Amino acid sequence: MGQISYEVAHLLGATMLMAGFGLLYQRRLYAVLNTFAFQALALAAAAAWQAHVQHAPHLYVTAGIALVFKGMLVPFALHWLVERLGIHRSVDTALSIGWTMIVGVVLVALSILLVLPVTANAAALTRESLAVAMSVVLLGMLMMITRRNAVTQVVGFMALENGLLLAAVSAKGMPLVVEISVAFSVLIAMTLFGIFFFRIRERFDTLDLQYLETYRGDRQ
Amino acid sequence: MSALAWQIAQILLVAVLAPLATGYVRFVKARLNGRRGAPPWQPYRDLLRLLKKEAIVAPSASWLFRAAPYVTFAAVWLAACVVPTFTTAIALAPSADLIALVALLGLARFWTALAGMDVGTAFGGIGSSREMLIASLAEPAMLMMTFSLSLVAGTTQPAQIAAFILGGDIGVEVSLGLALAALVMVAIAENGRIPIDNPATHLELTMVHEAMVLEYSGRHLAMMEAAAMLRLTLFMALISCLFFPWGMALPGDGPAAVAVGLAAFLAKVAALATALAVFETMIAKMRVFRYADFLGGALLLGLLATIFLYVSEAV
Repeated sequence: MGQISYEVAHLLGATMLMAGFGLLYQRRLYAVLNTFAFQALALAAAAAWQAHVQHAPHLYVTAGIALVFKGMLVPFALHWLVERLGIHRSVDTALSIGWTMIVGVVLVALSILLVLPVTANAAALTRESLAVAMSVVLLGMLMMITRRNAVTQVVGFMALENGLLLAAVSAKGMPLVVEISVAFSVLIAMTLFGIFFFRIRERFDTLDLQYLETYRGDRQ
Repeated sequence: MSALAWQIAQILLVAVLAPLATGYVRFVKARLNGRRGAPPWQPYRDLLRLLKKEAIVAPSASWLFRAAPYVTFAAVWLAACVVPTFTTAIALAPSADLIALVALLGLARFWTALAGMDVGTAFGGIGSSREMLIASLAEPAMLMMTFSLSLVAGTTQPAQIAAFILGGDIGVEVSLGLALAALVMVAIAENGRIPIDNPATHLELTMVHEAMVLEYSGRHLAMMEAAAMLRLTLFMALISCLFFPWGMALPGDGPAAVAVGLAAFLAKVAALATALAVFETMIAKMRVFRYADFLGGALLLGLLATIFLYVSEAV
């Protein structure tokens, strides 16, 4: 039993990590959104598995939240936004895809080297999940750094949050209140992002954020 | 003694099966495209016809051009002989490991690329250049996959890896899944299938393997084509030997187990060929400049497989 529970958790964590790399690899906006939805589904499965293993029924609620909000609502909303805004369908990168992937592997190695010695006394399942979760978080950050388009940056942020949730569900004793409030704040953030997309586009006719960096307001 | 007999049987089996496997992939693809398609045994007829035809060699060609088809074919055939197909009890199994296999395939590729450049036409040159680009990306990925696999199994010999996986003290291993994905991506690139190269193309700007063998005709072309078919069968055998060895006969098994192994091997090749045809029908060819991303992805999967292995060990 212990062996199987460990291996399935390992498998689901690895699936999330691979989806994180998939997000970095994709060049089409819709493909990025689909990969993100897939990652959220893997997160929901991981949470449900942890609920089963830890005998913690409230984690099923977490799984449900991940499935409905992050697996369905957020990707659909982003799909709708992309269609509505009529933005360019390909992904602009600040760093070439190959280099991004190499940096991603370095980040994964870094988080493993960091987490394993620090958590030497914790249970095997937790240590491993923490290492994977931290990799997913770092990959989400990497995506936010290396993508120019606002939509992909938001996807990076959401992927980062997926990693946080993975870490939260694998640690024992995470209260449900925290998870629900995190889920709702993400949804609010999503709404704000949507409004900002429209504002940014109105102002600059693009969602490429490099224009924001040089913008100095109305005084020239 | 029986090891030698099975070895000879395998040498003949791969050579006979290779054109059929390729023909079957073409047949399924044609059906999926809504065409009737040539029957699966058409490649046998093609090879026979090519063997009967006169071989025309360009005046500027050297001895290398004539030797290359035979060297290529021999190297690929030898590689296909050492990968266990229906039984691991073959005479050559202990002498060859995965790294030697990569070297044999590299030798075949080296000669094909040289032959592409030998005559001095532009297309041969561009084909060789692209083939080398693909090879320089695919080989590290293949070796990385080999390393992670040998870390799991403790050996680089395909026969022992198959025996290890058949041994059963292995669960849902993430590293193996990642290594399988890496090997499939490398196999697609090495065989020049879509999305890397289109085996059916005759549009000069997109072809890689076809461009290199453009100057060949008659029996030389037959050798080159047969080598390509053998390489496809070899990779199918390798994937089923390393990751799906179930049904394969082990040393000491009787003829009944070997018969089961043979049936299982044929079923695996048919399944992999069907999967390949479906995959090729669904996907479009990639731009040349994206090869690095695709094969870099394969290298990354191999690397991640090793990293995950390290995590499991440390835990």
